[in-house]
Amino acid sequence: MVKVTIDGLEIEVEEETTILKAARQLGITIPALCYNELIEPYAVCRLCVVELQRGQRTRLVTACNYPLRESVVIRTNSERVQRLRRMNIELLMARAPGAKIIQDLAAEMGIERTRFPLEDSDEKCILCGLCVQACSDVVQAYALGFSERGSKRVIGPPYDTTPETCILCGACAYFCPTGHIKMTDTDGRILHSELTLGPNAAITLPFRQAIPNVPRVNPDYCIHMKTGGCELCVKVCQKEAINFTELAQDSFEEFEVGAVIMATGFQDFDPTPMKLYGYGVLPNVLTSDEFERMNNAASPTGGRIVMENGEEPRSIAILHCIGSRDEHYHKYCSRVCCMYELNFAHLVNVKTSAEVYQLYIDMRSFGKGYEEFYQRILDEGVNVIRGKGAEVVPAYQKRRGEGGLLVCCEDTLIGKYREIPVDMVVLCTALEARADAAEIGRKFNISTGADGWFIEAHPKLAPVSTTTEGIFLAGVCQGAKDIPDSVAQGAAAAAQVMKMFCQGELLMDGAYAEIVEDICSGCRICNGLCPYNAITYDIEKKVSAVNPAMCKACGTCVAACPSGAITGRHFTDEQIYAQIEGILA
Amino acid sequence: MSFEPKIIGILCNWCSYTGADLAGTARMKYPANMRSVRVMCSGRVDPGFIFDALAHGADGVLICGCHPGDCHYVEGNYKCMRRIPLTQRLLQDMGIDPRRLRLEWVSASEGGRFQKIVTEFTEEIRALGPLKLRDMKFDMNRPDRYSLMAEAGDTVHTY
Amino acid sequence: MTKPKLAVYWAASCGGCDIAILDIEEKILAVADFFDLAFWPCVADFKYKDVAALDDGAITLTLFNGAIRNDENFAIAELLRRKSVVLCAFGSCASDGGIPGMANFYERQTIFDYVYGKSPSTVNPDKVYPQPLTKVPEGEIYIPAMWDTVWTLPQVVDVDYVIPGCPPQSDQIAAVVGAVIDILKNGKPLPPKGTVLGATDKSCCDECLRQRDVKKIKKFVRPFEIIPDPDLCLMEQGILCVGPATRGGCGAKCVAAGMPCRGCYGLPANIRDQGAKMVSALASVIDSTDPEEIGRIMAAIPDPLGTFYRFTLADSLLRRAQV
Repeated sequence: MVKVTIDGLEIEVEEETTILKAARQLGITIPALCYNELIEPYAVCRLCVVELQRGQRTRLVTACNYPLRESVVIRTNSERVQRLRRMNIELLMARAPGAKIIQDLAAEMGIERTRFPLEDSDEKCILCGLCVQACSDVVQAYALGFSERGSKRVIGPPYDTTPETCILCGACAYFCPTGHIKMTDTDGRILHSELTLGPNAAITLPFRQAIPNVPRVNPDYCIHMKTGGCELCVKVCQKEAINFTELAQDSFEEFEVGAVIMATGFQDFDPTPMKLYGYGVLPNVLTSDEFERMNNAASPTGGRIVMENGEEPRSIAILHCIGSRDEHYHKYCSRVCCMYELNFAHLVNVKTSAEVYQLYIDMRSFGKGYEEFYQRILDEGVNVIRGKGAEVVPAYQKRRGEGGLLVCCEDTLIGKYREIPVDMVVLCTALEARADAAEIGRKFNISTGADGWFIEAHPKLAPVSTTTEGIFLAGVCQGAKDIPDSVAQGAAAAAQVMKMFCQGELLMDGAYAEIVEDICSGCRICNGLCPYNAITYDIEKKVSAVNPAMCKACGTCVAACPSGAITGRHFTDEQIYAQIEGILA
Repeated sequence: MSFEPKIIGILCNWCSYTGADLAGTARMKYPANMRSVRVMCSGRVDPGFIFDALAHGADGVLICGCHPGDCHYVEGNYKCMRRIPLTQRLLQDMGIDPRRLRLEWVSASEGGRFQKIVTEFTEEIRALGPLKLRDMKFDMNRPDRYSLMAEAGDTVHTY
Repeated sequence: MTKPKLAVYWAASCGGCDIAILDIEEKILAVADFFDLAFWPCVADFKYKDVAALDDGAITLTLFNGAIRNDENFAIAELLRRKSVVLCAFGSCASDGGIPGMANFYERQTIFDYVYGKSPSTVNPDKVYPQPLTKVPEGEIYIPAMWDTVWTLPQVVDVDYVIPGCPPQSDQIAAVVGAVIDILKNGKPLPPKGTVLGATDKSCCDECLRQRDVKKIKKFVRPFEIIPDPDLCLMEQGILCVGPATRGGCGAKCVAAGMPCRGCYGLPANIRDQGAKMVSALASVIDSTDPEEIGRIMAAIPDPLGTFYRFTLADSLLRRAQV
């Protein structure tokens, strides 16, 4: 430890501490443009000069990179220091007339103009090199450097090209003290210069009410995961909670499991192709998902229902069955929409004074307590119109005062065509099977129906099982259903798994294929046919064999076996031929 | 008496047989000419079944499976789909109208479609007329027997 | 002690089967030594009337080759059945119809029109066709009448055993003959009726030494179109090989020489229709789910009927083409 005196105040600091840090501990401000505590000091702006007295001798040093090793006296604001600092700021003013921070610093020192000839009046770069150091020492991308020398010295990428090594992290812009470096749009990518460390902070909370409510590192944005450099977060986290050796490696883990419950859910129908509703074209036409998000207390609007201009809508139309019960898209009923739409109406009534219009084909309030809720919504004064919303158009001049949009529909109960002026339209989109459901299904040997949902073993008697033993279904991946039904199915699937585990042995169907080893000649025609991979080939014996536990008795291999070596139990050739001949006898 | 075609229907257990069942429970009427044979999957259908049915007096064979992509066994129906055109080509080459063999996709929910297909197919077969296959069984008492030889010695034969 | 009697007959066949019997080399001496030759038109002059004059059951073993396609074939088949203790359908013509069985693709008249009229080497302006009865100065000559349909021996008479092959392989014949002599000499029991002799229960693939993998066929080719890999399964290379649906026993000689199996050993034990099985198996391994592409792939099979039923048409479920 060394004892130093700064501007008459005494402080004891660790050896090698810089004057700047010691002064800051005492609350003394020393101006510094090119200093950043995350970067090795380069002492180039020369604004942090201070007067250092050792014994009788005084000298001027830069505070940012002068390490304290012995007891000294420092003056940060003496006449001599001020004179030199003013000279330096005047030189910087001439160098970078466009940098506001320099103008402000000069103004603080009482300087209005510089006596030196100005460089380009827009110039902001003071050649401090923070960006170069950030790029090389922190990010380790090495995309920036100095070139030329003397008065021509400039900073930039090599040969002024866009360097391949640049990862667009934005660290240079962040460290630049004068705002000379800016992130701009390139190729349609919006790079926000005001955000810390580039386009998106790599460390964020996933969303406001995330559980656990802790920040996460997003590998898409993390500089360390791209270049291996940075690790600033590790340096600054006092709790040492960030550990890249564990975090940085994505790994594939293999688990041996006895059962799988598929609960892969659904995706929202995209109403863009339905041009008549103007989704994505007209303002204030939202999908139900977007509207729900807006209503969430953690949403960008804080749960307020507002239009794009920030004002509260005067009226909202909620359109049912967008993509559901529609021959052109999905014929099925998505089941959940009617009830959440009524809930939307209720939320609108609670939060705003807007008029709500519900445009429905049939009101399907089938569940426990649902019909009662419907009655309550009717009592709240929601306008319920039986007729599917046909079109959403911008309101024409005469009706603009009533709402920005017009919803066209046929009110089938009064038998009239109506145009309803509203400020906002909510399209209640269908639940649809995930785009990759068929691919996932193939991986798990379960099939998808025409609608894309996974097919259960039996629609009534085995609604959570699949044709693959040990694979069960829960939730919307099997078909549109609401939360209570999903929970029930999930519990049932779990119970099925438990039943399987408790039994300790597997019950097998009596029907399965068998290969008679004495007849099989190992032609391997059947090998690729089994969708359940139940057929294996024994290279030693040159015969194929069926694993009866995996076989589902479809009989495809039986029909295909050219030497008649495969028998499909309960559906043998003899039995089927006898049936045919018996029928025709 | 008018010609009543005999038709063998080979139906997959999960879609078409269930679809036929649905047609029944929904009291949809279709011609009684089709008699069904249940298999677990249309992939079980061996062209031999078809030939056997025709050889034993069927006038037409209808194969029904799940719609492509809907197979209960993932892709058994595709195997059936590949066998039928080649089988129809064999029939054609054998001088049997390939329309007598038809492959249709009927899902478990398509009772109406099943009714329609069976009705249509029966009418088509009725229009094609009975399938008369010659020489399916050897006639021991055929008129052109070489009767004069063994008993009469080899007077006319010159071995 | 009288020697057991042996009869060999050819009906509708090429004569290759008779040659194959002679091909068993020095073992033929054992046959000649053990048996008394009752009837073998190919090698010696026997008269039908001599056979007819024998007691029923006087012949111990008859090897009957050739299909039944005229009344003479049938009459001799009946005659030999009556006179023999053991009647063997010998060769694929007798057991499955064989190559003559392919005549079932046509009508008799179509065949006559071609053979006695349209074939390039025929000049027959007067349209002279064979007639069953012809008057000559010495009297009336009878030529057996050809039938519309070719039949297999088991379809027309009761047959005890079948020895398949076109022709049956000499080593298999030698083994069968050796076994028969052994049985007769030592009073051993005969194999159960209907047994297929001189062949295996497995298919031709069992004897094929080519390497096999999971099959996926994208394209069919004819053997002259490619130079097949000598170590790989021909079917995997797109060549139509009927081996999987053909009984083994031949030693897979054709496939070893780079030619696909044509199916002469007939259908394996558990199947009913060789062609139907081949269709089923082949179509199953075509690597496509697109109907148009499947159609394109299958269109490359030039003659499915002739390929899949080359030897077994007369024994198939549909027997013959309809007109």
